[in-house]
Amino acid sequence: MALYLLSVHGPAKRGELGGYASTEEMEKAFAATDAFNETLKTDGYWVFAGGLKEASTATVVDGQGESPVLTDGPYLETKEVIGGFWIVDAPDLDVALDLAARGSTACGGKVEVRPFEGAA
Amino acid sequence: MTRGESTAVERVFREEYGRLVASLVRRFGDIDLAEEAASEALVVAVERWPRDGVPPNPGAWLTTTAARRAIDRIRREQRRDSKHQAALVTFDDSPHEPTGAVEDDRLRLLFTCCHPALAPDARIALTLKLLGGLTVAEIAHAFLVSETTMARRITRAKTKIAAARVPYRVPETADLPERLGGVLTVLILVFNEGYLATGEGHPVRAELTGEAIRLTRILHHLLPDEPEVTGLLGLLLLIEARREARVRHEQLVPLDQQDRAGWDRALIREGHGLVRECLAIDRPGRFQILAAINAVHTDAPAAEDTDWGQIVALYDRLTRLDPSPIVASTERSRSPNSTARRSPSRSWIGSPCRSTTRGTPPAPTCCAGSAAAPRRGPRTTPRSPPPTTAPSAPT
Repeated sequence: MALYLLSVHGPAKRGELGGYASTEEMEKAFAATDAFNETLKTDGYWVFAGGLKEASTATVVDGQGESPVLTDGPYLETKEVIGGFWIVDAPDLDVALDLAARGSTACGGKVEVRPFEGAA
Repeated sequence: MTRGESTAVERVFREEYGRLVASLVRRFGDIDLAEEAASEALVVAVERWPRDGVPPNPGAWLTTTAARRAIDRIRREQRRDSKHQAALVTFDDSPHEPTGAVEDDRLRLLFTCCHPALAPDARIALTLKLLGGLTVAEIAHAFLVSETTMARRITRAKTKIAAARVPYRVPETADLPERLGGVLTVLILVFNEGYLATGEGHPVRAELTGEAIRLTRILHHLLPDEPEVTGLLGLLLLIEARREARVRHEQLVPLDQQDRAGWDRALIREGHGLVRECLAIDRPGRFQILAAINAVHTDAPAAEDTDWGQIVALYDRLTRLDPSPIVASTERSRSPNSTARRSPSRSWIGSPCRSTTRGTPPAPTCCAGSAAAPRRGPRTTPRSPPPTTAPSAPT
């Protein structure tokens, strides 16, 4: 088994509806994501998952100098940021891609699949 | 070693290379190791075979020799530490047991090389390198990119296969049609690159068309019941049959001006047989229809004998299956252009189409390819699929 990060990419500025078109759509996606999370647990792929607050709440810390330098906002100003993620334990990429497709359908966003370093 | 002996070794090795690498990848789960061991086995073969004679089963000899070399290498370098384990391809250490109808390691390797998570350019390059046994220099030359660029492309793909654990197996039945479509696309793109070679030199690169046919033959042998594979092989053979007649003084000759006596009758017979196999299976698909179109063309003793009625009907089906602009405009350019047939012709049309593969592979330029259009000049960037050559007269 190997660990994969499934990160969900969405708009940097989400507004009140979290980037969804309507309240119904948002609630539907939340429910579908909850259901998907349950299947991940049942099927043994679940490691961790979570949604993130808006990118504007981020702080970048550079501790490479003598004292840490703090910068308000995300590291890169872009239109698309990571809105949430799953960490799954899957036997191979095909399984991870299948989980990503189901997660993408559930949450209504594009999902990037990336293997973890040395976590086989 | 004489030239003849060296050619014999080369031929055996080319023939066996894909099988050799594929079985080593399955056994050791490491593409680089498999390639290194295969190359070392060749070096030993080149030394010994001319002296001791080619062994009765060269394939088995190469596999045993290469496997010993791989084990030596693993021991010597103590590569099987935990870090190395982490980078291993997901591999199958079980004995080589048939899984359903499909049992050849080359099929697993082909599906790995053509995995949809890899960049399209990389799929083609990996397939030619690992299954075709072409060198990086040869592939770079064929696709008109620098050797460094091609090497980087291949290394990146191999790293991804290992790091992301692209599986080394034939897809589940449910995923097979879609994944098979990806493999067939790679094969036709290799053929296209040879058939409509870009850059300076001869307009046809026989080494690429030949390699595409060889790999498609293997795939057909391994998956005899997949009609799209049969269709693709038929298509490639019927196009290849016209190769000699298609070029005169390094210029392409349109189909209606070709000397049909120069067509390869054996290839045409084989191609026609494959199209008939498809018609009998009756699960039409894109490549089968393209093969049928080529069967109609190659069935006509002279250009004016072409049964345009069948051609139009087949293009009509193709358009319904795949409403791409290239197909539609090729169909328009192929409309019955004059004379009626003098004699009744065989039917190459099956029952109405249902698509058997999901996804749309790129339109093959070999069918909608340019003949009258000026040859493209050398390019500096690789053409990424799908090719978008403007259709004109068929060749």
